[in-house]
Amino acid sequence: MTRREILICSGTGCLSAGAEEIEDKLMDELWKHELEDKYPVTRAIKRTGCMGPCNLGPMIIIRPEDTFYGNLEPSDVETIVEEHLLKDRVVRNLLIEDDGHKVEEFQKLDFIQGQKKIVMRNSGDIDPSSLEDYLENDGYMAARKAITDMEREEIIEEIKESGLRGRGGAGFPTGLKWEFTAREDEDEKYVVCNGDEGDPGAFMDRSVLEGDPHSIIEGMMIAGYAVGANKGYIYVRAEYPLAIRNLQKAIRDAESEGYLGENLFNTQFDFNVELRVGAGAFVCGEETALLSSIEGKQGRPKYRPPYPAQSGLWDQPTVINNVETFANIPIIIEKGSEWFDDIGTEGSSGTKVFAVAGDVGNTGLVEAEMGTTIEEMIDIAGGVAGGKDFKAVQIGGPAGGTIPEEHIDLPIDYDSLEEAGTIMGSGGFIVLDEDTCMVDVAKFFLDFTQEESCGKCPPCRLGTKRMLDILDKITKGEGESEDLETLEELAETVQNTSFCGLGQASPNPVLSTLRFFREEYEAHVNEKECPTGTCKALVEAFYIDEEACVTCGKCTEVCPVDAISSGDESYSIDPDTCISCGECAQVCPVEAISEGDNE
Amino acid sequence: MEKYHLRDMLPIIEEYEKKAGSLIPILHEVQKKLGYLPKEVQEFIAEELGIPYSQVYSVVTFYSFFTMEPKGDYTISVCTGTACHVKGADELTEELKDRLNVEEGGTSDDGKFTFNTKRCVGACSKAPIVMVGDDVYGKVQTEELEDILNRY
Repeated sequence: MTRREILICSGTGCLSAGAEEIEDKLMDELWKHELEDKYPVTRAIKRTGCMGPCNLGPMIIIRPEDTFYGNLEPSDVETIVEEHLLKDRVVRNLLIEDDGHKVEEFQKLDFIQGQKKIVMRNSGDIDPSSLEDYLENDGYMAARKAITDMEREEIIEEIKESGLRGRGGAGFPTGLKWEFTAREDEDEKYVVCNGDEGDPGAFMDRSVLEGDPHSIIEGMMIAGYAVGANKGYIYVRAEYPLAIRNLQKAIRDAESEGYLGENLFNTQFDFNVELRVGAGAFVCGEETALLSSIEGKQGRPKYRPPYPAQSGLWDQPTVINNVETFANIPIIIEKGSEWFDDIGTEGSSGTKVFAVAGDVGNTGLVEAEMGTTIEEMIDIAGGVAGGKDFKAVQIGGPAGGTIPEEHIDLPIDYDSLEEAGTIMGSGGFIVLDEDTCMVDVAKFFLDFTQEESCGKCPPCRLGTKRMLDILDKITKGEGESEDLETLEELAETVQNTSFCGLGQASPNPVLSTLRFFREEYEAHVNEKECPTGTCKALVEAFYIDEEACVTCGKCTEVCPVDAISSGDESYSIDPDTCISCGECAQVCPVEAISEGDNE
Repeated sequence: MEKYHLRDMLPIIEEYEKKAGSLIPILHEVQKKLGYLPKEVQEFIAEELGIPYSQVYSVVTFYSFFTMEPKGDYTISVCTGTACHVKGADELTEELKDRLNVEEGGTSDDGKFTFNTKRCVGACSKAPIVMVGDDVYGKVQTEELEDILNRY
């Protein structure tokens, strides 16, 4: 019998889908068949970080064949053990289908084939709670190389040459940032990892922290050595308990095995890392606010300059980078700047991890080469769900914007996105189909930023509130002709005068939808119509076609407001009571119910 | 509600106080222990750390994770979206307030449930919706509430 290893995805997504139950069942089955010799549970079953295709969870990979089973039910485990493990037969009916054909190997899934894994190189592959596993995959080799073989300037030069830009959103060149801090003549310097990933719909940093925590420690260590800092802080939001747990273990293990502490790799270099947990404030993702929070204060942003590179944590020079940025560092040191610079586009090297969600076939994490077009990304994610037409994609979360179908061939890199009026942001990628109301989308994001404004400066505190009021009015059908201009004027003021990035970027979702979907706003304001039927206040009452009605009564059962009354020949809907929820139209077996006036 | 002694906070404060920026980690640990951060505990922490109470208070009130009101073991909420509203969410709200003897945002005397309402949870076809923690209950009738509460 082949000696196998069973990888079970234990990222947050899969855990909520029942991965633990699958694991328990797997152990039971292994015991039942007395396979514990062949499959010693501690060695053969490996809990990994996020594998990527979250909507296929819970999922396992069986190695060495690389067979992938997804959407598992506990009852499937028995079959897999009996057929696959005992009889070496792939369980075909449990395989995932791509375009109607069954895919056996994980690497051959369409979703995986279009990707290029650099940041996510270990996630879903190694056991994040095992330092040993990380070491077996060349872990800490880059740090060893940097600290024992390279000059500080050489490392900074290497990172500059690689073209790596900050993955937190703004895209500032990482090597340059490091150089600023390295130049400062101070004894105390700090390295900070920004893991306060707060955008709704973004979860790539969480997955890296959960699935490959040592890579972050290693990246920070290299940064510390290069700029002359001996202390690092990782700031993670409180909402990510699994990431916190895995990081705590990683730090402890690295300390006890001598990968953190004094005289690393038998040199004079000391480096320690401390974990700090946020307390539920979105604004702490802004770097100066985050540093205030580590200092134990309210997380309110500070004026820049001075930039943290010169005066950051406790007014000392501080390198602050995002999780994904640090995850790129070890592999750049290992493979060289030239290798990294060759990946991606001219101005944007490497890859970017996107959290793909919305109306697509496969939701989950997609790591793609910079320059991949929006269309290619959607293809990787299995196309628009349910055969609907593509309408737009929202990139960059509450600070980002919306890109319409006519720009579907836009390459995703820092510069192209900026030109199109959005930003890379943290990497949210929400696909919107034809049924989505763009005014509603803008309102959703503004509602979020307005609530998360820290309140320090009036443009953000009051401006976002006023903008939201206007959007609210428009979606309720109370919009007036001058509203759109007022909205634009407010947006520009908030953009130009807000104190920090949160405020400055908050009008982006509104401005980009106004730019590309102005006619939709106009329909709401002038015709009091929501073209997609999303804004309920603007949707007209439903009516029943008397000729078609078969008086089955299904509609009366589902109507939440009892607006439907029975008659001899046909049922009818009271337009004054109807809330246009559409439930009746969905259950009607003869499609006799539709929206609008019966005239 | 479990009664606490201020001196029980000392080991937590001692563990962190030597570290720079210790206030937030201390507040996390104390809240984990007590479930909330009462005023006198905040004052005690301020005194022990040698910082003004106003600083502790400003941090506690800034971050949404910290609470000065004791929270129950479970949060029970009623959806107040349109469909739930017309399907009798108000009745559920009144019934729960009565049963738990609380106002919105309050916690029952036994410390088990904190009650609130929330905006549309997007499960309109199952209206009205009651949520306990992450568990979603659909088409809830007032007479079923007792049964739901008894599960926790």
